[in-house]
Amino acid sequence: MPRRGVWIAGAATPIVIAALLLLAMPTVTANREQSSTATAKVTIDNFSFRPQTLTVAVGTIVTWTNGDDIPHTVVSDDGVFKSKARDTDEQFSYTFDKVGTFPYHCSIHPKMTGQVVVH
Amino acid sequence: MRDKKQDVIDQTLQDLNNDGIDRRGFLKCMAWAGTGLVWTFSGGIPVSRAFAKNAVRNAGTGGDFSFVQISDSHMGFNKPANPDVATTLQAAVNKINGLAKQPEFLLHTGDISHLSRPDEFDNVDQILKGASAKDVFFVPGEHDVLDDDGKSYLERYGKSAKGSGWYSFDKRGVHFIGLVNVMNLKAGGLGSLGQEQLEWMGNDVKSLTSSTPIVVFAHIPLWSVYPEWGWGTDDSAQALAYLKKFGSVTVLNGHIHQTMQKVEGHVTFHTAMSTAFPQPQPGKADSPGPLKVPAEQLRSLLGITDVSYVRGHHSLAIVDSTLE
Repeated sequence: MPRRGVWIAGAATPIVIAALLLLAMPTVTANREQSSTATAKVTIDNFSFRPQTLTVAVGTIVTWTNGDDIPHTVVSDDGVFKSKARDTDEQFSYTFDKVGTFPYHCSIHPKMTGQVVVH
Repeated sequence: MRDKKQDVIDQTLQDLNNDGIDRRGFLKCMAWAGTGLVWTFSGGIPVSRAFAKNAVRNAGTGGDFSFVQISDSHMGFNKPANPDVATTLQAAVNKINGLAKQPEFLLHTGDISHLSRPDEFDNVDQILKGASAKDVFFVPGEHDVLDDDGKSYLERYGKSAKGSGWYSFDKRGVHFIGLVNVMNLKAGGLGSLGQEQLEWMGNDVKSLTSSTPIVVFAHIPLWSVYPEWGWGTDDSAQALAYLKKFGSVTVLNGHIHQTMQKVEGHVTFHTAMSTAFPQPQPGKADSPGPLKVPAEQLRSLLGITDVSYVRGHHSLAIVDSTLE
């Protein structure tokens, strides 16, 4: 069976994910930086990234979710980030902490391309 | 207004060979899933026939030897339209074992596994052990080299191969070349062979006489089937240029989970069906994802393809029918 669940680059354990979720929650003790963490989503359906161009602020965590029956990857054209193969409903997240334009593609189906613009 | 995609399909499937099979007839003939092809060498000319008992009429039954191509077993896939791809692979093996003329070996043109997992490769190896033909020659599909740049694939299937898994061998005067076009794919591009492999191939065929029959096999089609879905190989023209001097070249591919064939000069291009699930005809769906058909229909779509290729007038005959 394919392993399901959130997968964060470089840190795949549920404990880390739970910790991140806790940190992101706007609790009374949370400081401003932690509570203001922005998130954005890209869906993968019918062999395309939607939206194809995503514009976000620096520090945004972008999460891709594969809605296809076929595995895909999310691989930066310039080697900035690279997911493992993500099967149906599996996710990949990356925190964009630098300004710039980050083109990416699916290394299995390279006709699938997208970009994240960070300002 | 006419659909642009349909124009491309029509262009791809036009009756290039004046064989009386028009493009619509060809489309109707296409059958999917759960089969393999049998190639028989008859006087150096490969002729393929299907698995059906009665499908040998054009098959050159007096051939010196035959082999079977299977493809896209996608072991580990468990979604519609086929939640049990092990059973359909077993069915393909049973068909092989039931052939009146036993093949000497098998070719698997990639996507052996769905997710490159060891247990998926194990399952395929186990099922193929049941085949009467004990030798199996593999090339990888993109699903076989997912997260480790093909390392585990090479350890299992490519110990004596070059580079990322390419190699050649000879059988009874026929030269076989297994190519890898699923590695280092570039953003926005198609399948890719790469310079190192192309140079190797040029050297590999340099000393062969032009009368040597050539069979090239690789996962992604080496001809432009439908680039919009990635169904082609960016640098295949250079590979084919090395083969220009040969009188008989047969290019066998998988990847698109349906049968297509084209003849260009001395070169016959052919794609095999999957043993796992069908994919849509080019441009006939939003994406090339698995074609979902009802379970009862899947079995009725287990297709066979009977292809004859006769050197000289470049005519090809394709007869498809279901296994049931």
